[in-house]
Amino acid sequence: MDERRLIPELYRAEYGKIVAVLCSRFGIGFMDEAADIVSETFLTAAETWGMKGVPANPAAWLYTVARNNALNSLRRSRVFDRKVRGHLIRETPVSDGSSAHDIDLTQQRITDSQLRMVFTVCHPSIPAEAQVSLALRILCGFTIDEIASAYLTTRENINKRLFRAKQRLRKEKIKMDFPPVSDLPSRLNTVLVTLYLLFNEGYYSASPDKVLRKDFCLEAMRLVYMLTTSQLTSGIQNVQALMALMCFQASRFDARTGAGGELILYEQQDSALWDRQLIDRGNQFFVQASSQGELSRYHLEAAIAWWHTNQTDTQEKWENILRLYNHLLVLEYSPVAALSRSYAYSRVYGKEKAIPEAESLRLDGNLFYHSLLGDLYTGIDDRQAVTHLERALKLAGSAPEQAVLRAKLERFSS
Amino acid sequence: MKEFALIFRVSENGATQVTPAQMQDRMTSWTNWMGGIAARNQLVNGGSRLGVKGSKTVRADRSVTDGPYAEVKEFINGYIIVKANSVEEAAEIAKECPILYGGGKVEVRPLVTPENNE
Repeated sequence: MDERRLIPELYRAEYGKIVAVLCSRFGIGFMDEAADIVSETFLTAAETWGMKGVPANPAAWLYTVARNNALNSLRRSRVFDRKVRGHLIRETPVSDGSSAHDIDLTQQRITDSQLRMVFTVCHPSIPAEAQVSLALRILCGFTIDEIASAYLTTRENINKRLFRAKQRLRKEKIKMDFPPVSDLPSRLNTVLVTLYLLFNEGYYSASPDKVLRKDFCLEAMRLVYMLTTSQLTSGIQNVQALMALMCFQASRFDARTGAGGELILYEQQDSALWDRQLIDRGNQFFVQASSQGELSRYHLEAAIAWWHTNQTDTQEKWENILRLYNHLLVLEYSPVAALSRSYAYSRVYGKEKAIPEAESLRLDGNLFYHSLLGDLYTGIDDRQAVTHLERALKLAGSAPEQAVLRAKLERFSS
Repeated sequence: MKEFALIFRVSENGATQVTPAQMQDRMTSWTNWMGGIAARNQLVNGGSRLGVKGSKTVRADRSVTDGPYAEVKEFINGYIIVKANSVEEAAEIAKECPILYGGGKVEVRPLVTPENNE
C-alpha cells in the first residue's frame, strides 16, 4: 500500500467498521462517543506511526487501540454507569468466559456489527435523506466536509441532518438489532432504497469531485455486496438484483465524464472505457437474482441497465427498454422513469409520436422534462426546442449540466 | 383526483383468427397503454384480466350455470383503476385502450368513496 495514502484509505475502509463494533458492544446510544473515539484513534495512529513507523498490521493496531480507548473512556465516564452498563447487561450476554469489559474483534463480529448498523441506520422511523447522510457518515466514514461537498451544501446543514437522525434513534429507543424475520422484507426494502440513494448520490451528484463521487458509489456497492454474502439476506433476490444494477451502472462511471469534468452523454461515450469485468460480475448477480422468477423494481432497472451495456442501437434493444419501463412504472411511479420511458418511446416510435406522450406527463418545471422535450422537438419544431432547452438551462444546477445544454442551444444559433 | 374503474367489455363472437404477430402487437399496445397511464401517475391499480373458461354464474335461486354473466352476448373481460380529475378525463384515457381495436367497449365508472358518492 502506498504510505502517502495509507491513513485516508484505512479511514475509508475501517472507520465505519470500528464504530459499528463499538456500538454493537455498547449500544447505539454510544454512537457519538464511538465516533469521537475512532477519530481520536486515527489521530493517535498518525502521530505514533509517524514517529515509530507503521506497524505490520495497521488495521489490527487501530482496532486494538480503539477498543482500549473505548474501555478507558467508559471507565472514566459516568455515562458508563447510566447508559452503557444497562446495555451490557441487557443486550450482550457474555458466555465465552471473557471479561464483560472486553470487545470481541473477530472478523465475524466485525461483519455482524456492520450488518446490525446497516439495519439501525436505515430504520424506517428516520427520514430517507437523513438515513443517507447517516450512512455516509457512520457506515462509510465520510467526513462532514465530504458529505457537504457532495450535496453542495454547508457543514451546518449536514450536521443538523445528522443530529436530527441521531435524536430520532434515541427517541424511538431503536436498538442495534437485526429485524425480526417477519419484518425482514420491509426492513430490507428500506435498506435497499437507502443504499440505492447513496449510490445515485455518487453517480448523479453535481459535485465536481470525481474521486469522491466514485467513492460514494463504491461504498454503496460494498454494503450491498455485504448483504449478498450475509446468511440473513443473501437469499433475497432483490439484493442480488440491486447488486447487478449497480455493477451495470458503475461500469460506465469512467466513461461518463471527460478530463475536464464535463458530462459525456451515453450515445457519445467511448464504450472501450466501459468496465467489462464489472459488467460480467453484474451478469452473474443478475442470473442469481432471476433464479426464482421474482420481479422487483431492481430486477426491471437492472434489466434496463443491462440493455444499456450494449451501445449498438437496434429496434429490439429499444423495444425491450420501453417494455421494461412500462412494467417499472406500473409497479412504481417515478418522474425519472416516466421521462426515460418517453425517451425510449421516441426511439421505438419516433419523435413525433413521443412528443404528445412526453407532454402528457405534466412535469413542467422539471429539468429533465424540458431537456427531453428540447431533444424531441429538435428537427421537428426548432422554436419549441429552443424554448425548452432555455427553460432547462435555467433549471440546471451544475456547470457540467449547463455545458451540455449550452452546446445543444449553440447548434440552433449557427 | 377521483378514481375510476375502466371496465373492458367484449362480445363473444369477437373470437376471430389472430396470428402470433398480431398477438405480439396486441401485447405491446397493452403494455404501452398501461405504461403511459402509469407514466402520468394515473394508475391506481393494475387490475386484472378476468377469465371466461372455468367461470360460473350463480343466480338468486342458487342455480349455478357455466360461463360468465353475459348481457346481450357481451361480458366483462378485465378492469383497471385510474385516477383523473374528471370522468371526461378518464374517458380520454379509455379512448386509447387497445380493447377498442378488437371491437370491445370500455365502461368508465367512478369508484364510490365517502368523498365521491353521487
